[in-house]
Amino acid sequence: MIRLFKVKEKQRELAENANGRAPVKKQSAGELRLHKDITELNLPKTTTISFPNGKDDLMNFEVTIRPDEGYYQGGIFVFTFQVSPIYPHEAPKVKCKTKVYHPNIDLEGNVCLNILREDWKPVLNINTIIYGLHHLFTEPNYEDPLNHDAAAVLRDNPKLFESNVRRAMSGGYVGQTFFPRCI
Amino acid sequence: MAGSLTTSSGDGGNRWRDLDRLLTRPGNIVGPTFDPSPELRSELQQYVRVLVVGAGGLGCELLKDLALSGFVNLEVIDMDRIEVSNLNRQFLFRLQDVGKPKAEVAAKRVMERVKGVNIVPHFCRIEDKDLDFYNKFNIIALGLDSVEARSYINAVACTFLEYNSEDKPDEDSMKPMVDGGTEGFKGHARVIMPGVTPCFECTIWLFPPQVKFPLCTLAETPRTAAHCIEYAHLIKWDEVHGGKPFDADDPEHMQWVYSEAAKRAELFGIPGVTYSFTQGVVKNIIPAIASTNAIISAACTLEALKIASGCSKTMTNYLTYNGLEGLHTKVTEFVRDKDCLVCGPGTLLELDPSTTLQKFIELVGDHPKLQLSKASVTHRGKNLYMQAPPVLEEMTRSNLNLPLYELMDKVPKDVVHVAGTVNKDDKKTSALRKLRVVFKGIDGVTDMDTANGA
Repeated sequence: MIRLFKVKEKQRELAENANGRAPVKKQSAGELRLHKDITELNLPKTTTISFPNGKDDLMNFEVTIRPDEGYYQGGIFVFTFQVSPIYPHEAPKVKCKTKVYHPNIDLEGNVCLNILREDWKPVLNINTIIYGLHHLFTEPNYEDPLNHDAAAVLRDNPKLFESNVRRAMSGGYVGQTFFPRCI
Repeated sequence: MAGSLTTSSGDGGNRWRDLDRLLTRPGNIVGPTFDPSPELRSELQQYVRVLVVGAGGLGCELLKDLALSGFVNLEVIDMDRIEVSNLNRQFLFRLQDVGKPKAEVAAKRVMERVKGVNIVPHFCRIEDKDLDFYNKFNIIALGLDSVEARSYINAVACTFLEYNSEDKPDEDSMKPMVDGGTEGFKGHARVIMPGVTPCFECTIWLFPPQVKFPLCTLAETPRTAAHCIEYAHLIKWDEVHGGKPFDADDPEHMQWVYSEAAKRAELFGIPGVTYSFTQGVVKNIIPAIASTNAIISAACTLEALKIASGCSKTMTNYLTYNGLEGLHTKVTEFVRDKDCLVCGPGTLLELDPSTTLQKFIELVGDHPKLQLSKASVTHRGKNLYMQAPPVLEEMTRSNLNLPLYELMDKVPKDVVHVAGTVNKDDKKTSALRKLRVVFKGIDGVTDMDTANGA
C-alpha cells in the first residue's frame, strides 16, 4: 500500500492548511446498543426512568421504583445506572441512591443482584435489570445478604422485619442506623 | 533524506540488508500489488506513518521492532508514567525513569539507538486526540491491555472507512490496524483491514467476560484471597470513604485496600493476600511475560511491514499463541459480522435535503431492504428522535418537523443509526441498523460516488 500512502501523503500536505474540519463525536457500539435497549423499554407501571443529563446522555440515568406490594409497598427507591462504552460486554454499574433497610442492598447502595455481576450476559438488557431490581423489593432474600442484620431479622422474625422496614421508610432509626423518609 | 539514512546507519550500511532482500525480490506469496524495487525502502521511510498506541510491555517492543524494520515516521501515545514494576520487561526504561511519561522515554530511547528514526511521543489519553490526528497515520499498531481502549481505537479507525454505491469498501479510506495482546504465556496478533477483515467489534465476543464475584459472597462468605481483596475494594472502600472514588493508580489507595484485605483474610483464616496480588486483582492484571510480548510484537510488526510494502500477503487474520505448555500457534480466519454497526456498510439512502425527520422515519419503514418500523434515530451521539420512553419521546418530538439535513448539522453525507422493529418470518423482532445518508445536490456527493472507479 506504499504507493497509496504516498499519494495520500501528497494530498495531506496540500490539504494541511486548507480546511480545519471540526472533530466529530463518535458513538461507541455500547451507546448504540443502549439506544436500542432504551427505546425498547417495557417498564412495569411501578417504575419510571429519567435522564438527568438530557436526551443525549443515555449512558447515565436513574430508575425510580415504587413497589405496589410486599414489605416495601409505598416506598420510593432511586437507582443510578452507569453504562460503559463496551456495554453489553460489561454489565451497567447500578447503585441504590435511596438509603434502604434491605437484606440485599447495603447502606452504601451496593446491590446484590446476580445479573449485575457474576451472571451478566450480553443478551440481557436494561429491562432485565429493572425487573431484577423490582423483584428484590417483592422478594427480599435472606440467603444472599449484603446487610447482614436485616437478613438475619428477615429470616428469624419476619414480623419484626416488616415493622423495621416500615420504620426505616417513614424516616427513623433501625438499631444504630438512621434512614431518611422515602415514602 | 532516505539516502542519508543508509550512510549514517552507523553499522557499515548493513542494517537494512535483510529488509532489502524482502523489498527487492519477487516471490510467489507476495501481495497482489507488490512491485519489488530498491526504492521501496526509501518510500517506506518517507511516506509511511505508523501510530503505536500504548508504550507498555507491547508498545516498547513494537517501537523497537518497527524502527528496526525500516519504519522511520513513528508516533506513540500513552497516558501512563513508568512504575518500578514495569522495568522487568519494558526494556526501554531504567530505574531513574520511574515517574516519567512512558511515551516520552520510549521515544527517546529508540531514537538514541536507531539512527534516522523519528518518534513523536504523546503523553495523553487516546480520547484527547481528535480524528484529524488519527487520520494522518497509514497504519495503527495497538499494544493495549483493555477491551475499552481497543474498542475506542477501532471505532476511530472505522469512522474513516467509506463505501461506494455498490457497498464496496473504498481502499483509499481504509485505516489498517495491527493489534497485539498478551496475558501471561498467551497472546494474539491480528490484522484488521476495516471493510475487509473483521473489525474489533465484529469479534468482541472473543474476549472472555471478566470474572466477577457475587457481592454477597464478598460480604458474607469469603473463601479466597481474591474475595478478601474485592471486599476491601468494592464494599469497604465506599463504607469508609463515602463518595470518594477509588483510584487504582494511586499507591495510597492501593495500600489501603491491601491492608483492609489483609485484615479480613486474617479474620477468616485465608492465606495469600499480598500487595502485588492486591494490585493484580483490583486492576485485573495477569503477570506479563517478556518473551510473549516479544513474540506477539514481532508478529504485529511483520504484518505492518507486509501491509505497507506488500512484500507478502498478510496473515488472515487472527494468530493465537500459547507458550504455556510447549508451544502452540494457529492462524484462524474469522469472518466479518455483515451487520456490524462499526465497520459494516449499512444501507445507503439518498435523500433530498428538504426531507423532514418524520418523512425520513417513514422512508426507513417503507425501504425494501430495511422495513424498519417505529424507528428511533441517532446521529453522532445526538438522539434526534426516540419513540420511547415517553420522557425522551417528548424531548425529541419537536425535531420531527425539521429537515434531517439541518438536524445533521448540514453535512453532505454521514452515518445515522436507527433502532426499531422488523417483521421477520411473521415475527416482530427488534433491530438496530446503520444507514449511510447522502443528501442529493449538496457539494461533495458526486465525489463520493465516483471516487471508487478503480
